[in-house]
Amino acid sequence: MRFLRPFIYVLAISFLGELLRATIPAPIPASVYGMAILFAALKTRVIKLEEIETTGAFLLALMPLALVPAAVGLVDSVQEVKRVAAPGLILILGGTLATLVASCAAAQFVISRRKEREE
Amino acid sequence: MTASYDYLCDLFAHNMFFGLIVTLGGFFLGLSLYKRYPIPLFTPLLVSILVIILSLKIFHVDYSTYKAQSYPLSYLLTPSTICLAIPLYRQFELVKKNWRAIAAAIAAGTASNVLIVWLVALIFHLEHTEYVTFLTKSITTAIGIGVTEELGGNVPIACAVIATSGVVGNALGDRVLRLCRLYEPIAQGLGIGVASHAIGTARALELGETQGAFSGLAIALTGLLTVLIAPLAALLPL
Repeated sequence: MRFLRPFIYVLAISFLGELLRATIPAPIPASVYGMAILFAALKTRVIKLEEIETTGAFLLALMPLALVPAAVGLVDSVQEVKRVAAPGLILILGGTLATLVASCAAAQFVISRRKEREE
Repeated sequence: MTASYDYLCDLFAHNMFFGLIVTLGGFFLGLSLYKRYPIPLFTPLLVSILVIILSLKIFHVDYSTYKAQSYPLSYLLTPSTICLAIPLYRQFELVKKNWRAIAAAIAAGTASNVLIVWLVALIFHLEHTEYVTFLTKSITTAIGIGVTEELGGNVPIACAVIATSGVVGNALGDRVLRLCRLYEPIAQGLGIGVASHAIGTARALELGETQGAFSGLAIALTGLLTVLIAPLAALLPL
């Protein structure tokens, strides 16, 4: 039953994350709290990396699949989006890609400067 | 004939394995297609969405039924997102070493997002409600909903905009980055996470562990920075 213990860890952390989300008055999801808790647990060796690695890899592989049902729900909200179609399309396509390039370029610039300094 | 077809549809709608089979099957088909023909249209996420919508239409299964059937997958979203802490922990030396790049990516991404939304709102004479609804488009849904509500935006539209932005990042992100000659794995991960949250991160994980770790980190940081910045951005004159 080597999957039982790590799975209980992840569920317990999800539970804690959900508790924090429900009690702290900020729009922060349970998964962000949970990420911080699991990270702290790994750092302090409360949970050891080897214990959770396999189950973690399995759950991470499932992440794209876990998002599919919600994405299908988009079809239901087509009517809502139609009203703001033109600016919406520009923002969703152009805005997202521009933000992507801006933020990636900023990071790459800083990293290449650091590497130059190190050399 | 139609009677037996209706019966078949009914059987499918009431079979709780139907939803999972079309979801996993559609995703698997997407993976195989993308391996053979790596074009954005065959991104597993898009293929699975199309396969599911088609199956629901063909067998007259409504979305709420599908939603209930696929609940086991949605249920795993929080536990699996939490596991992003694992690549983050493994890559922590890199994170420490690159904190400046991380700060630059989050700041540049959040600023450009606000700027673009504001400009488009000006050009299209959007109402204030619509403007604030688009402000949250690049952050994870759970944070986006809260911020949109707080600013008086339209929550259902915000959810749709957030999810489609994620799909854009998932399907086109790595391609656009390569086109712009942005090859550094850390920077790629950060950019994808900043612009397209968890849906983009799903793709970043496929690009590599470094991309996945930094994309996951970027989701949390961009979300938190937007919580602080969006109320200020909402004050910009239209």
